[in-house]
This record gives sequence, C-alpha cells and structure tokens, in this order.
Amino acid sequence: MKKNNLKAWLYLLPAILFLGVFMVYPLIDVCVYSVEENYNFASQSFTGVGFGNFHYVLSDPYFTQALKNTFIIVAITVPLSTGLALLISLGLSSIKRLRNAFQTIYFLPYVTNTLAVGLVFMILFKKTAYTDGMVNLLINKFGGSSVDFIEGPYWAKMFVMCFYTIWVVMPFKILILTSALASVNQDYYKAARVDGATSGRIFRKITLPMISPTVFYLIITGFIGAFKAYSDEVALFGTNLNAAGMNTIVGYVYDMLYGDSGGYPSYAAAAALILFAIVFTITYINLTFSRNKVQYM
Amino acid sequence: MKVVLKNLTKKFQSRHTKGQEVIAVNNFDFEIPDGQLIGLLGPSGCGKSTTLNLISGLETPTEGKILFGEEDVTELPPEERGVGLVFQNYALYPHLTVEENIIFPLQNLKGDKKMTREAMHQKAVETAKLVQIDSLMNRKPKELSGGQQQRVAIARALVKIPRVLLLDEPLSNLDARLRLQTREELRRIQRETGVTTIFVTHDQEEAMSISDLIIVMKDGVVHQIGKPQEVYDEPANLFVAQFLGTPQINVFSGSVRGEKLYIGNEAVLDVPGKEDREVWVGIRPEGFIPDENGPFTCNMDRVEVMGRDVSVVSTHPQMTGQSIRSIISSENRFEPGQKTIRFRLKPHKVYLFDRESEERI
Repeated sequence: MKKNNLKAWLYLLPAILFLGVFMVYPLIDVCVYSVEENYNFASQSFTGVGFGNFHYVLSDPYFTQALKNTFIIVAITVPLSTGLALLISLGLSSIKRLRNAFQTIYFLPYVTNTLAVGLVFMILFKKTAYTDGMVNLLINKFGGSSVDFIEGPYWAKMFVMCFYTIWVVMPFKILILTSALASVNQDYYKAARVDGATSGRIFRKITLPMISPTVFYLIITGFIGAFKAYSDEVALFGTNLNAAGMNTIVGYVYDMLYGDSGGYPSYAAAAALILFAIVFTITYINLTFSRNKVQYM
Repeated sequence: MKVVLKNLTKKFQSRHTKGQEVIAVNNFDFEIPDGQLIGLLGPSGCGKSTTLNLISGLETPTEGKILFGEEDVTELPPEERGVGLVFQNYALYPHLTVEENIIFPLQNLKGDKKMTREAMHQKAVETAKLVQIDSLMNRKPKELSGGQQQRVAIARALVKIPRVLLLDEPLSNLDARLRLQTREELRRIQRETGVTTIFVTHDQEEAMSISDLIIVMKDGVVHQIGKPQEVYDEPANLFVAQFLGTPQINVFSGSVRGEKLYIGNEAVLDVPGKEDREVWVGIRPEGFIPDENGPFTCNMDRVEVMGRDVSVVSTHPQMTGQSIRSIISSENRFEPGQKTIRFRLKPHKVYLFDRESEERI
C-alpha cells in the first residue's frame, strides 16, 4: 500500500513541479505583491505591509471606469449571448435541411482570429475621412445621422463592444447547446406530444430541465470569460484603452504591469485579486442559486 | 373503443437507396374489438412499432384511414386522439417525481377539461393505486426498479383515461421473472380498466399468454389474426407456424402421394382428401409419439431431460432445420446408445403447406 502510494506520487511529480513553479508560486507571489506598499520595481524594495495598494486601485478613476465597463459587458453579453445561442440551437435542431450548412456558418466566428474579426468590425463601424462605415451608411439610409462607434460617445462604443463580444462567444455556446439538445432522447418529446403538451410547455418542462446542466455550465463559464475580457477590447479600440474609456479590469492589470505608465506590479496584483474576489463571489452565487434548478440526470 | 384500420399503408423513404421506398405497413384492413387486449406480434423490423405510431398519431399514414369507434381520427394530432402510449424505454421524465410524471398529461388539459390541483392529485393517486405504485409517489424515476418504472409509465398513459392504450414492447426491458409477473399485471390492469389495449411484442409466448387476440405480422403484412390458441392450432401459413411455439415447429420437405404423406420414403400419415403434390410438412414438437412400430424413423441424437417432459433431439435427411425436437412424456425410457427412434404422429399436430406459396393446405 505504502509502496503504491510512493509510485503514485512519483507519477504526479512532473505535473506537481510544473504547477508549483508556474501556478502556485506566482499565485502566492501575487498575494505577496498586493500587500507590499510603495514597491519599487528597480530597487525591489517596499516601505511597508498593508492594504494601501487596494486603496490606491479602488480610488483610481481608471480602475473604477474599467470596473464599470467590465460589469456592463458581463451584464449585457452573458444573458444575451446565452439566450440567443439557445434560440439558434433550438432552431438548428428543429430543421432538417441545410442544418449542417447553418451549423458551419454559425461556428465560423469561433475559428476566426479575434484580431481579424476586430478588423471586420472596424470596417463595419469605423468612421474615417473617406467613409462613415457600413453601419453608418445603413443608418443614413433610414434617415439617421452618423455615429462614430469607435471614437465617439461612450454608449456607441459600448454597443459595438457588446455586439462584438456576443458575436465572438456565441458559436461555442451554439455548438455545445445543439449537441446537448441532440442528446435528449426523442421519446420524451413523443411522450409529451401524446400527453398533449404544447410546444412552449415541452420546452419549459422537458427540454430546459434536460439541458439545464449544459446551460448552467455555459452561464458560469460565460461569466468568468466576460469578466476576463481584454483582447476583444484591444481588437476594437487599440492598446490605449484608458484613453478610449473602454478599459477592463484585466486591461487595467496589464497596463499597471507593462503599459506606458506601467511598472507597478503591486497595483496590478491588487487589481487582479479584486477581480478574483468578484469572479469567486459571482460563481458562488451562481452555484447556490442553481443548486435547486439544475437537474443532473 | 373499437379501433378500425382501413387500407392503412405507411411508406418510408429508404435510408440506404435514394428514391426507393420501404413499405413498413402494407394495406392493413382489420377491426380491433372494444375492450380487448391485443398482441401485435412479429419479428424485429416488421412494422409493429410503425403501426403503433400510426394509431397514436405520431406518424401519419401514406394511405388509408384509422377510426376510433365511428370517429375518423386519421387527421387528428396525437393529443386529440385520446391515446395513452407506453414507450419501450418508458420515457419517464427523469427530473420529475413519480406523481409529477403521472400528473403531466392532466396539466396539459385545456378549456373545460382543466382540473384543479387537488383533483389532479386525487386522480394521480387513484391511478397509482391501480398499478400499485401509490407508495412511491415522491421518488424520482432513477430510484425505481425497471418494473416500477414500467408501472409509472402505464399510470401516466392511463391517467387521462385514454380511448386506446398502446404499449411498445412493454416487457422487453424487464428480467425474466419480472416479465412473467408484469404480464399478469398488464392483464389485470386491462381487465379492471376495460380500455382497448394494443401491445407490440416480438415474443410469441408473451403475446399468446395474455392476449385476447393476436395479430401476426411480417414485413408490413398481416399474416393472421385470431385467438392465440386458434392461431397456434390452425396457422395460416408456414411463417405463422414457425413463429408461434417454443420449441419451434419442425419442418420437413415431403410429398403427398395417393392420400398418404411421405417424408423421405416413409409414408408417415394418412391424409385423406389431399391431392398429390410436393409440400412442406410442419410437425409440432408435441405431435410425436414414440412407438417401436411407428412409421416415422429418425436418427437419435440426444435426450434432454426437462423434468416433467423430455425433449428428444434427433435428425432426419428431409428436415429443414438443424435438428428435430420432440417433446414427450418422461415416462418413456430410452436405451443408451440407441441409434434410431421411431414415432407415430398426432394428425392434428401435423400441418401441410404449399411448397411455393407456403400457404396452409
């Protein structure tokens, strides 16, 4: 028994070593950085231990802006993308002809590079000296006046941001949901039809509970993914997100480390821990809330 | 409620060859009398389940009509036909309790049929009592045994008091002992409710033991309809004769010459009134009587003791199967090393079929 244990540990050793060096140690380091006040990167010195870094970050207007942006993105994109993906998946699973073609089309954004997609969105939305962009041309056609979506008002930029995020995250959700729908035994639907259930009731009483573990998985990972948003913002608004007013928490962390005004690992660490606390709390709430709703068969 | 099928036909597009059609149900034309238990019997893939789906409305027929009593239901969707359907895998909603499962059809009722919560509960308990699962109302399906799940499925199908109850292979997912018990149970429930019940099975024993009427079908065609004993005693053709009865009927190639039936060179039976022709001879296992002076000689293979009876396994050059099985009383003694065995035949256990059409002569 003991010998076996030793063997098991031996097998695990490479993984433990790697995880230790590249995950556990940095994690501890982040915690350490976050409480070292007035840490100087060049001299590797600090003046004291406390929550000064957190205080600084939380009162930094750039951080509060990033926090606000992140929460807006999460609150809009997670429910919308999941809901839309569910609708599209239901549509996909109820058609027979062209189903594969549609599935491929809906999956395309997933295999397309984020920056390439960002470029396409720029062409669609950006106002330049030569053209107002395709969307603006459409708006003009219906009698509206042009809006600068990339460098204009905050709500316009946020609209493009959310649109973009939803468009990028939806393919994966559609893929997962269609396979979840396909795995529901057709006999349940037949039974429900013979029992006289309307299609709305079949959806609420049969389909939704049956795929609830998948929906729940998508919501949790959707929340976490949206809280970690950063690259999509860069793709649309460039690297100077603070100037654009479109920074996110992860963007703020990056800026504090490597940005033009960077070199403050302590502030970055504090911001990262605040993000962790937020994600942890939200996930915990999700888990508690869904305990009675999600049906594991 | 009697069920009438008129020239009912269902064709499917073939999945393998494009443009080709598979006829799952071919021109069904018969009447199922009210309040009886009917067994729809046939080998796998013969269109039994399709027939059931047509009656339930899950499939629409290519041609023909379905009538419940005098009402034409051919165009009605399943929910308006008033049928209860029990699936082979029961299709119990796994996230709902037994009671919620049983109540489900009642909750779907609309208009003046709508029931109060209390009335639905009452009805569910009543139905659960009928199938004896009223003590399991708060369990989830996965906490039940196969037999219990089956009862829940039957309760759910019965709770709306359907005009016709349909069961697809109701016993195939149960183990042997439970199967015996459940089939008695089915019989009892059907008697108590008096609902016209049609069940599909490929197990002839199952169909014979509880049905008032069996319908034997193959390749989408009905071969014979009748009371189980009648169909067994008077099979319409070779297929029906072979499909019913365990052990299977023994089939030989033979011929009728001068009102005598020949198997090989032996005249085994007098067949008065039959004209000379080549035939298939079917002999039920219980149709053999060991007799030292009997006219029918077989090569002895082995004797299998089954307690009350013994099963004699022998061979004959004219047989079509692997061996001949005859069931005889265990009072007969056999000498070890016996090479041949001679039989007399019981005339009413011997059937002759046309060599070409395989129809009974």
